[in-house]
Amino acid sequence: MSSLLTDRSLLWIGALLYLAGFLTGLVALTWRQPRPGLRTILNTLLVGGWGFQMAGLYVRGLAVGGCPLGNTFEIVQFVAWSAMVVYFFVGATLHVTLLGLFTAGYAATLALVSLLVPHWDLTRGLKIFGNNPWIELHAALAVFSYGVFGLLAITSLMHVLQSWNLKHKRLNGLFWFLPSVVQLDQINFRALTLGVLLLTVSLGVGASWWVRDTASVDVPKLTVTISVWAAYLAIGLLRWRARLVAVRFAWVCLVMFLIALLSLGPVNSSRHHQVPLTPHR
Amino acid sequence: MAATPVLFLLGATHRTASLAVREKLSLDDTRAAALSAKLRAMPDVREFTLLNTCNRVELYGVALTPGTIDALHAALCETTGCTPAELNGAGFTRHNHEAIAHLFAVASGLDSQIVGETEILGQVKQAYDAALAQKSTGPVLNRVFQKTFQAAKHIRTTTGIGAGQISIATVAVDLAGRIFGELTTTKVLVVGAGDIGLKTAQAFQSRGAASITVASRTLSNAEAAAAQTGGWAASLADLPELLAAADIVASSTSAPGFVLTRDLVAAAMKRRAARPLFLIDLALPRDVDPAAAELANVFVYNLDDLAKIAETNLAQREAEVARCRAILAERTAALWPQVAQSLNRPAGS
Repeated sequence: MSSLLTDRSLLWIGALLYLAGFLTGLVALTWRQPRPGLRTILNTLLVGGWGFQMAGLYVRGLAVGGCPLGNTFEIVQFVAWSAMVVYFFVGATLHVTLLGLFTAGYAATLALVSLLVPHWDLTRGLKIFGNNPWIELHAALAVFSYGVFGLLAITSLMHVLQSWNLKHKRLNGLFWFLPSVVQLDQINFRALTLGVLLLTVSLGVGASWWVRDTASVDVPKLTVTISVWAAYLAIGLLRWRARLVAVRFAWVCLVMFLIALLSLGPVNSSRHHQVPLTPHR
Repeated sequence: MAATPVLFLLGATHRTASLAVREKLSLDDTRAAALSAKLRAMPDVREFTLLNTCNRVELYGVALTPGTIDALHAALCETTGCTPAELNGAGFTRHNHEAIAHLFAVASGLDSQIVGETEILGQVKQAYDAALAQKSTGPVLNRVFQKTFQAAKHIRTTTGIGAGQISIATVAVDLAGRIFGELTTTKVLVVGAGDIGLKTAQAFQSRGAASITVASRTLSNAEAAAAQTGGWAASLADLPELLAAADIVASSTSAPGFVLTRDLVAAAMKRRAARPLFLIDLALPRDVDPAAAELANVFVYNLDDLAKIAETNLAQREAEVARCRAILAERTAALWPQVAQSLNRPAGS
């Protein structure tokens, strides 16, 4: 493959297209009237970004011989890609204005930060899935659930902003474009349910293999993973029982996602033997 | 040498005439028919259309000679009882491309009392339809009016002239949309049977609110008000239960103190914590304790808040006027040569 089309260069193009989509959307917000073709341009940028990112992850997957989830760089890229998948296949049915813009900003941030932190991609786990497709599925589902929780964080942020605007009577700018607080609250609950379900299935698959070889996962990873799952489950139950509602629910989802993202580091570094990646991929 | 026919506009509007003069000039069906008959009898008037609304009387037409305008003045005075001095003081005339520019502005809502309102376009269409029905239009006015409708549509879709609500009731409805999204599942409670509360309830009703309940100290007042909104009547004594069930509360009582206290709202929220509560305080002195706004999921807006939003929206519309006028000037300049050609064409050709 040409050196111009390495996995990282494809991922760079993807990240820059997300950024272009986000910036185009921001500029469009300042227009008094929507211009024809704007939606097509935005969707083209986002689909293009997603396509390049997928191609980059595919090339990386071929190079490492499996799902590219072997280091923080790959995981963060996969989380950004998952958020876009959720946006395209779930978000589009929700008809939530500005969700594409916020998702583009979120995916661009994750993808660019992961590309700009070189040491996240210096080493990666060796044979982390042990050629076991079930473990690979477990990892992919877990990271995909982070994509859903990422989308939940985005809609939670939108909820916090819209509630703040309404409470403080700041009815300019984003206010008229953001969805209603009730709509955002419903979306948050659905996204949380979906994320918890995915993570539950992922942990179920992982647990069924872990009981056969309890030494395969170390205690820090086990503790952090189960804590994140239990925390999201508890948030979901509290929301279901109407004990945690409205803007407080949104804030908790937002903070919880930041904690979950930060937990990726310890989870990743606590496992497996790390090997340096060869240059010039 | 024969004089060139002119496209004319003779009119008086809220911008030029006092209410007293507009009252005199207003044309009911009988007077409008009488004026039409007079115009039809004038050999120098080739085409005409009469736009008659509460804020304006405007006569558009094609006259074979500029001197015809004087005869039209006289006909208008004779029909309405307005003196020539009153009409001269309050009326105005426009010719050719200036008449087109004025009609464009009127149909686009730029000349309306509430800038950007849409009702005027319907009224212009009605006036044109009426003129078509009585066959008082011809090639010139047909072209001008068709182009007017296109220009007005363009202005509506490409500028912010109609953006944002500008009445208290519709601003409240818009805000409710930002909280609840679709209003078809929302329950509206009107506290007090005052006029402004009922107008707000009607605005919610027109947006498809699921139910409207009117609560008043006197049940008979509540029943009378509920009948106007197609809602239910209730006694103010049931306020704690009503508040727990409602999504939107519009309060406009004449009570001297707070009707909706923080404690009352807090108690209601305990029974419906997951759903927001939108409190619209339309009363002076206020009905809703401002401290209720501190409660989670409770949004409180009073008259001042709503008026401020309406004023901002209106200011934004007015800021768009110059841009709209520039667009309409281009369209007028493009249309005028075609109209001038039609004017110079002999009648019947």
